[in-house]
Amino acid sequence: MPALRLLWLSVTDPVPGLGNYTAIATDDVALTVVLRTLGMAAIVTVVCLLLAYPYAYLMTISTPRWRAVLIAVVLIPFWTSLMARTFAWVVLLQDNGVVDTLLRGAGIGPTRLLGTTAGVTLAMAQVMLPFVVLPVYTTMRGINRRLVDAALSLGARPAIAFLRVYLPLSLPGVAAGATLVMVLSLGFYVTPSLVGSPKQSMLAQFISVQVNQLVDFGGAGALAVALLVITLLLLGGVQFATRRKGTRANSAPISGGIPL
Amino acid sequence: MKTGRGLRAFLITCGVLTGAWLVVPTLVVIPISFSGENSFAFPPSSWSLRHYTTFFTEPSWLTSLLVSLQLALLVTAVATVLGTTAAFALARRTFVGKGIVEGLFMAPLIVPGIVVAVAMYAAFLGWGLIGTPIGFIAAHTVLALPFVTVNVTASLAGFDRVLERASATLGASPWTTFRSVTFPLIRPGVLAGALFAFVTSFDEVVVSLFIQSPTLQTLPVRMFTSVTNEVDPTIAAASTVVLVVSTILLGLATITRRNHHAA
Repeated sequence: MPALRLLWLSVTDPVPGLGNYTAIATDDVALTVVLRTLGMAAIVTVVCLLLAYPYAYLMTISTPRWRAVLIAVVLIPFWTSLMARTFAWVVLLQDNGVVDTLLRGAGIGPTRLLGTTAGVTLAMAQVMLPFVVLPVYTTMRGINRRLVDAALSLGARPAIAFLRVYLPLSLPGVAAGATLVMVLSLGFYVTPSLVGSPKQSMLAQFISVQVNQLVDFGGAGALAVALLVITLLLLGGVQFATRRKGTRANSAPISGGIPL
Repeated sequence: MKTGRGLRAFLITCGVLTGAWLVVPTLVVIPISFSGENSFAFPPSSWSLRHYTTFFTEPSWLTSLLVSLQLALLVTAVATVLGTTAAFALARRTFVGKGIVEGLFMAPLIVPGIVVAVAMYAAFLGWGLIGTPIGFIAAHTVLALPFVTVNVTASLAGFDRVLERASATLGASPWTTFRSVTFPLIRPGVLAGALFAFVTSFDEVVVSLFIQSPTLQTLPVRMFTSVTNEVDPTIAAASTVVLVVSTILLGLATITRRNHHAA
């Protein structure tokens, strides 16, 4: 219901028509924000994949007891309050904060992290990582190791066997995880607004400014609808691609209230 | 495939570093909450409970904590009843447009929080619900419902309906059957759903930020404004309290659900 009203507002407020949409499409600021948001979401997704892949792989070769520990570690961010975690990042990244001090000890810095893209990436990737690790792990667990053994016995070098056999088989999980992170990052509000700066604002912050400071419901509505459409297109596209290949990835159960 | 020793060492190093990065940052708020200083310095150079004293005595913090707790309890009750009913309807009946209804129930999980927030704000302005308890309950219930429905549906999926028929043939009324046969069997799912609903409401920030009023603020909203507008270490105490509450409840929910699935 409220969503329909928003759609209605986006084409009626302040004047009926598609004015709000053409305004976004021609407004440099809005376009910059949309592109920046897509860019940030892509960076966070790549960072998450790079961290999640070895982690999930480690889970598949661990003993059951260590695997339980690794799973618990991934689930802990699911369980902990988003506000508390974001506040923790603000403290860690502040000037003369823990990260700054550590980096200075290592001979780097002084660094500015709070209010920068690097800081936002660091904090966002931590929030998003579980959403990649779980589907990638689920897919990897289902891979038959004998296929890789077969490649090795046929004379493939380990790196080739990995690239040609194991990696393609793990792709459905990677795709599922990447989409989830991409989608969640696009609409992420809390962490970017507290860890980032208004100058580097992302789409969600931009929408919030439209509503709270400019009281421009039409503009905000149009942006929100655009965000929703991008989200649905991403989800639909990936679902279509994976279903056609007949290898549907089990996406991870979303097991915490994740009020992003 | 045998994993080479070098690769293994590399993977373990990655795992330890990633794990530390996932877990350690959040823990930093706990020592800060016991600091004696008026800043976020870490590690603190003196220790005290003063931030907790402030948190539990200063009206603006205490009120928001109470608001959040009351709200979360009400939302849990409403969402659990509605979600369980809905799960029954979805699992047991076939009707026109069922797929669409199922999709709508899952929508709050997919639709970005900011979109839900703006949409509710716009709608609530029109209905005069901004900053009202009813508005908060309605908004949080919508967000919490999927968690209840998912958990109860999962319980119902593994449910043997022969038991209900047996009960009915032995002369039990439908209500007696539900109370003494059906409900006890799906209780773990309902319980897990209720816990998730509580935490969803207790932890929700984005929608609450939009529909709040100066007189009705939830704890996460109070924390949000604290981070943006003030340097008040009381928030470290608030964070620790929220962290402990939500971690315990979600841990319980996951354990309830897992035991149920294992059974």
